[in-house]
Amino acid sequence: MLLSKAGVTAMLGLATLYTLLPLTWLLLSSTKSREDLFGTNGFALGGETHLAANLSHLFAADGGVYVRWLINTVLYAGVGALLASVFGVAAGYAFDKLTFPGKERLFSLVLLGVMVPGTAMAIPLYLLAAKAGLVNTFWGVFIPGLVFPFGVYLARVFSASYVPDEVLEAARMDGASEFRTFCRIAFPMIAPGFVTIFLFQFTQIWNSFFLPLVMLSDQDLYPVNLGLYVWYSSALTQGHPEDYLLAVVGSLVAVAPLIAVFLMLQRFWKSGMTAGAVK
Amino acid sequence: MASPSARGQRRTAALLLTPFFGLFAAVTLAPLLYAAWLSLFTTRTSGLGFGGTENVFTGLGNYARALSDEAFRDGFLVIAAYCAIYIPVMIGGSLVLALLLDSGLAKARSFFQLALFLPHAVPGLIAALIWVYLYTPGLSPVIDLLESGGIGINFLSVDNAVFSAANIAVWEWTGYNMVIFYAALQAVPRETLDAAKVDGAGAVRTALSIKVPMIGPAIALAVLFTVIGSIQLFTEPKVIYNASSAIGSSWTPNMYVQTAAFQNNDFGLAAAASLLIALFAAVLSFAVTRISRRGSKS
Repeated sequence: MLLSKAGVTAMLGLATLYTLLPLTWLLLSSTKSREDLFGTNGFALGGETHLAANLSHLFAADGGVYVRWLINTVLYAGVGALLASVFGVAAGYAFDKLTFPGKERLFSLVLLGVMVPGTAMAIPLYLLAAKAGLVNTFWGVFIPGLVFPFGVYLARVFSASYVPDEVLEAARMDGASEFRTFCRIAFPMIAPGFVTIFLFQFTQIWNSFFLPLVMLSDQDLYPVNLGLYVWYSSALTQGHPEDYLLAVVGSLVAVAPLIAVFLMLQRFWKSGMTAGAVK
Repeated sequence: MASPSARGQRRTAALLLTPFFGLFAAVTLAPLLYAAWLSLFTTRTSGLGFGGTENVFTGLGNYARALSDEAFRDGFLVIAAYCAIYIPVMIGGSLVLALLLDSGLAKARSFFQLALFLPHAVPGLIAALIWVYLYTPGLSPVIDLLESGGIGINFLSVDNAVFSAANIAVWEWTGYNMVIFYAALQAVPRETLDAAKVDGAGAVRTALSIKVPMIGPAIALAVLFTVIGSIQLFTEPKVIYNASSAIGSSWTPNMYVQTAAFQNNDFGLAAAASLLIALFAAVLSFAVTRISRRGSKS
């Protein structure tokens, strides 16, 4: 009975309610005044639409610090992931296509890097950064984002499937240098894989919370994540109920572009997830 | 004598590998080694506490201290309890959803895939914030709804903390793994499935005895990544902890490390505990890889 068309669709629909209702709550709550946030049902509209007021309040709060957090996040996650992907694709291509001594031993080092859990690195990174004078600086959060071992692994897989050996042979016959061949011929062929690797590392840096939490104390250096956490905490512990709403609206503004990017770049996501699962 | 082309390849490999490995050495190897070094020392207050502090070599003393500390060990028990709820629900749920999508009976497949995957686009901290609001009495429509049905649950109590943290992770990761499983299911050869149909196997039977075993490696890998992720549990309880002080500041191993470092300024202990967590994760992933490899061979 359950396995009728209607039954299957109903079960999927139920699961969809679970995934979408919290996001609906976020959207609706962002349009409410503070009174309505506490006074009306979370899955219903408030008395009046307060979205514009909430947004201007968000961007003006604490001297406009939210915009700073957004810019920081773009730098940490956007620029960081971009560089990490370039380095990752270069290394992955070298592992796939070039012959050099000690290759597999070096690659097992990469795999070791994949296995070390990211948050277990936070305190070691903090201790080293303290020694190097990088605690509470932009670089303390930015530099760790430049390394993405799983990206090297993915790049090796992508290079093996996107770049045919014959093409390289032909380029070598023509006398093109290896480096030129990589830049002009191989890199464009790996480009879709590059986008995938970028997306993975971008989300990873966007998601990181432990590292910026221990590394940064200057509000002006925070990524959005940490800023929202601080607002939420102060709403809770220091009796600033208006910060509740700030954290809600701030979450919506941070999430909306991410969801848009995900929807646009769906296919790159899938190729990375399945490439990781096949091996 | 290496041929010019071999030399060219070597030189280019060095050029292409240097940025990655240079940074890898700086942000992975160096911190691990430095933490290993620091973990061998402890700070001792000299005299009556007036003479400042000094660093004393303790050998493996910090490791012994971490391992014999009940708070640290309890953290691993919490992770075990968390995994016991989270992994079956999340992996089972994503498997069922993927099988439903693959059953040929589902309508609007791409819509469902997208809608179920969407939470994964939400950063972990924001997901935790959304849910902690949904857990907070007076704010949460979920609690109102449950209360009107005669059910009173305090999501922020210590008894429910494992469940409340696991639910956030289920919300974030079910769709992600469903997409992976669905892609793996699509790669199952149609002839195999047709043969089963000819043999008179029903849809459920086919799913359980043919489809699921055939995507076994994908499931094993998903479990592995989930376990490694679970050991690192930090963000969700940190946010829940803020809303309810019931769970304490050393509830998970990572929270223990943070407390040791920044509340007690015991960096030797924090470094040792961090390395133990990393080691535990590495051993576990090694074991799971071995088991799943043996499983897929037989």
